[in-house]
Amino acid sequence: MIPSRQPLGQRPELLKMAQVEKTFHGGVIALRNMNLTVNEGDFISLLGPSGCGKSTALKLVTGLMQPTSGRITWTGEEAAGDKGAGDLGVVFQEPTLMPWARVMDNVYLPFRIRGVPFAEVRDDVLEVLRLVGLEKFQRAFPRELSGGMKMRVSIARALVTKPRLILMDEPFAALDEITRFKLNNDLLSLREKIGCTVIFVTHSVFESVFLSDRVVVMAARPGRVIEELTVDAPYPRSEAFRTSAEYARYCRLASDALHRATGEAA
Amino acid sequence: MSMTDTKTPLVDHEEAARARREQVLRIAKWTLPSLVMVLTLLGWHLYVTLSEVPHYILPGPLLVLDKLIEDWDLLWAATLTTGRLTLLALGFAILGGALLAVAFTQSKWIEMSFFPYAVILQVTPVVAIAPLLQIYLDSPFVAALLCAWIVAFFPILSNTTVGLKSTDRNLEDLFTIYGASRWQRLRHLAAPSALPYFLSGLKIAGGLALIGAVVAEFVIGRAGTGLGLASTLLEASYRFNFGRLYAALILISLMGVTIFAVMSLISHLALFRWHESALKKDG
Repeated sequence: MIPSRQPLGQRPELLKMAQVEKTFHGGVIALRNMNLTVNEGDFISLLGPSGCGKSTALKLVTGLMQPTSGRITWTGEEAAGDKGAGDLGVVFQEPTLMPWARVMDNVYLPFRIRGVPFAEVRDDVLEVLRLVGLEKFQRAFPRELSGGMKMRVSIARALVTKPRLILMDEPFAALDEITRFKLNNDLLSLREKIGCTVIFVTHSVFESVFLSDRVVVMAARPGRVIEELTVDAPYPRSEAFRTSAEYARYCRLASDALHRATGEAA
Repeated sequence: MSMTDTKTPLVDHEEAARARREQVLRIAKWTLPSLVMVLTLLGWHLYVTLSEVPHYILPGPLLVLDKLIEDWDLLWAATLTTGRLTLLALGFAILGGALLAVAFTQSKWIEMSFFPYAVILQVTPVVAIAPLLQIYLDSPFVAALLCAWIVAFFPILSNTTVGLKSTDRNLEDLFTIYGASRWQRLRHLAAPSALPYFLSGLKIAGGLALIGAVVAEFVIGRAGTGLGLASTLLEASYRFNFGRLYAALILISLMGVTIFAVMSLISHLALFRWHESALKKDG
């Protein structure tokens, strides 16, 4: 069964951050005492003002940065002794494509680095391009695509290895609102189909509530978690959900929490 | 409003005017320089004939053309000689410049240790080094080659070094997350990022290799390279054979233009699909 279709309380644990702290050189506390359990199938948003450590939290999960103290453990990591980090998909704020490579070669990149020949994964690459609606553009170069399409390629690249966890760092922040709404919807229907686990960093209340089953509200200086909100609305969520009273109520809750977060920081 | 109501042309006036302007520019791009060339030759010819300038001061264009045809066998052999030296120097400059750039970006220690000397080598005028090379190296040909190489390798080294360092930070992170090896990073990320920089360095290096070859021929002379275009030119000037001198000069210049054109073509073919610099301005 696809884990994201299981009720929140019954999903198996995937990743645990326990009392994680990060202090930068010079004494700036980027993240203080962060505790977060990610379960398989979760769609978690990290919501907060800039400087609240949400991007730092993502970097710690990728292993690009080591925590100053505390532990980040993947399920099964201690037993298997593997770092787990090879099983990640990442989407940045910029599409971050290789301009010299065609769309299909960009999506093939994670496999190429693992040394898998293209012939073996051709079907996976084409399948994921079909999922994001770009199968006709497989031979195009990035500069021939619009901003939204480039972001779809970036998402396809993150999905192609079917990773255990996908990290998205404000992926739609640079797009116009119409494209952003469209990509929000598409992201949810993708998740319905493949049931991925996502940590999504954003500073938009509306986006976080629309997408997530869990919203983690964070505050700045020092970066820390203020509150966790469960959005108990069933998927698939459509455009109708955007205008529902339920959506408005959750947005209000998240917005209040965010105000407390920024109020405290001021 | 009234204008579009009365008649609805396929293209409006503004667009038509713009299209006309572009067409005029396209034609002028070729005709204007050609016209300048013709007028210059004509002026040169008239000046020489009307003022009766002696041919050992300034030969007329027709005399130069005569010499070009008359001495063709000698000049063509000289062109091949200079061309071979230039291309060989450029080839080694590409090899040395690119390999050194890779070494510099793979290890900060290597870069810190050697980069200052690459700069010193570059800023010291090659004319001042060439006689020393001739003294210390047994083979005059190797001396001439080294002389041309010193001039040509630096733009490739410095451009490629900058290019290898100009990778997208997020792509770097992505490669780290996916566990890429040093080689994969170089092959699939740094090298393609550096390609446009390398190619613009190549354009400069092509011209400089020719300059280096000419300097080498001047300083080291026939001993090193056989009879190249520059030594032909020098010899012709000793003999007041100014027709041949000008013919050799024109061939050197043509060789420079050819090298630049070939380098530009290579650059265009390598980049036109994906790089911004190769995009049409209206595209």
